[in-house]
Amino acid sequence: MSKIATREAYGRALKKLGHINKDIVVLDADLAKSTKTIDFAREFPDRFFDMGVAEQNMVATAAGLAAAGKIPFVSSFAVFASGRAFEQIRNSVAYPNLNVKIAASHAGISVGEDGASHQSVEDISLMRTIPNMTVIVPADGPETEAAVQAALEIKGPVYIRLGRLAVPVLFGEDYKFELGKAAILKDGNDCTVMACGLMTGVALEAWEILKNEGINIKVINMHTIKPIDREAIIEAAKETGAIVTAEEHSVIGGLGSAVAEVVVENCPVPMERVGLKDTFGESGTPAELLEKYGLTAKDIAAAVKRTIARKK
Amino acid sequence: MNEAKLQELARKANTIRQHIIRMVGEAKSGHPGGSLSAADIVTTLYFHEMRIRPEEPQWPDRDRFVLSKGHAAPVLYAALAEKGFFPVDELHTLRKINSRLQGHPSMKHLSGVEMSTGSLGQGLSTAVGMALAGKIDRKDFRVYALLGDGEIQEGQIWEAAMAAAHYKLDNLVGILDHNGLQIDGPTCEVMSPEPVADKWQAFGWHVVVIDGHDFKQIISALQEARRVKGKPAMIIANTVKGKGISFMENEVGWHGSAPDAEQVQQALAELQGEVEQNE
Repeated sequence: MSKIATREAYGRALKKLGHINKDIVVLDADLAKSTKTIDFAREFPDRFFDMGVAEQNMVATAAGLAAAGKIPFVSSFAVFASGRAFEQIRNSVAYPNLNVKIAASHAGISVGEDGASHQSVEDISLMRTIPNMTVIVPADGPETEAAVQAALEIKGPVYIRLGRLAVPVLFGEDYKFELGKAAILKDGNDCTVMACGLMTGVALEAWEILKNEGINIKVINMHTIKPIDREAIIEAAKETGAIVTAEEHSVIGGLGSAVAEVVVENCPVPMERVGLKDTFGESGTPAELLEKYGLTAKDIAAAVKRTIARKK
Repeated sequence: MNEAKLQELARKANTIRQHIIRMVGEAKSGHPGGSLSAADIVTTLYFHEMRIRPEEPQWPDRDRFVLSKGHAAPVLYAALAEKGFFPVDELHTLRKINSRLQGHPSMKHLSGVEMSTGSLGQGLSTAVGMALAGKIDRKDFRVYALLGDGEIQEGQIWEAAMAAAHYKLDNLVGILDHNGLQIDGPTCEVMSPEPVADKWQAFGWHVVVIDGHDFKQIISALQEARRVKGKPAMIIANTVKGKGISFMENEVGWHGSAPDAEQVQQALAELQGEVEQNE
């Protein structure tokens, strides 16, 4: 199975769309080679601005560009894009509902050796609480390209969460990305696993493990965290009677919380959230970290079994 | 600049000051001190300097004004109303439920407001973005940002200052309302921003220091800013907080409190008296 990091796909998408839409401008905070905005910078030097190590100014500058009709994509590591510039995003971008796209790379613990300071495990939570904000967490390269295209079509702020690590390509040419619409990847009736980002691929591995044990799970790729697909969640809860979420993010405030909110309000069923259990990460290889913090296919499979056992 | 034009600006600024007093008084909350200190500057921008079309607020070639010190919203609203962006009658809705006149400016609520501001330190960055957009499109509109001297304690201001000089934004003009007071006391005691002129100069800006209540000086500084090429300009306007109202001038307490009915009457009487004296 071929692999590509979602940040690579983002760079590719920007470069492609830059030819089609001349209003696109790109801003980076001294990380163009890492966030892959360098591809756009080389192609369109007049529409690329390196703002230096100054994320707050970068985000508010993007707001000004948007107010003057541009479509800025601002890029940085997720910790800084969402955290350092949180209030600029809230007050200068989202409150006036300006057309700024925030592409946050190196999200989650799979950034690896840099350790906790660079591992964003709170950004989904921060971004989804802001009114007007759309939050997308693509699972692979092709989905990232589709997400960037979709973000361009909405007039308003969008947060796109990207990763550093190369992840398997899950979707082919025929994959249809629909913003705000959950994608059902596997059908089953024992339990539903809803995942986003690199955990979608991991959830498919869990499907394989469980199938061999005679457990049939439904696997949903929940690429849009906000607006969340309420109907898909309610339907899955009713059909399978048990839900497990999986995300490379804190279990507090992210995908698991978003799903749980819908579940308790509409169709209470046993549920478990796979994710970081209110902890910071540490240095290590991505594989070691995913193992240590309980984000493997085995962890998802175990959570599924526990959840099924709680069904009445 | 002829005397008649200067007189006209002075009269307009006086009217704007009266609006500020009335609206903050009626709202029973708001920021009169920093609105009054900026009144002469904002009046000059809207009634002399800027190329705008109140009947076509989204005209792409318009000059832009960003009130980075967003708490001075009353002075902006008064100027916009006097300029014809919305009815003067509406000024009394300031800070009330369902009003377009939010406590701090909101571009989605009120047309003519170019940027939603209020959280200090962000407006200059947004002005940088507008000026950059002008450069990308090779348009000749200009962008004005009014900053507070307490506001420049925010680190983001200096990030923006660096970026504006780096990208040679000579279509950007900053104006510092240098009134020397902030909520907790004199800026020099809270967290001194001095020497302000040296700081902006060191960041690569063209700096002009003026009396922010002298229309001749305000106008000539804006003209000088137009002549500067290859760098942004910062006009440091020395002002008096609460300017125009005897009991508010240089009183830190008037940063964010509203006059009561009696104080409103006294303030208006002073302002109206000034008009009569001038005429």
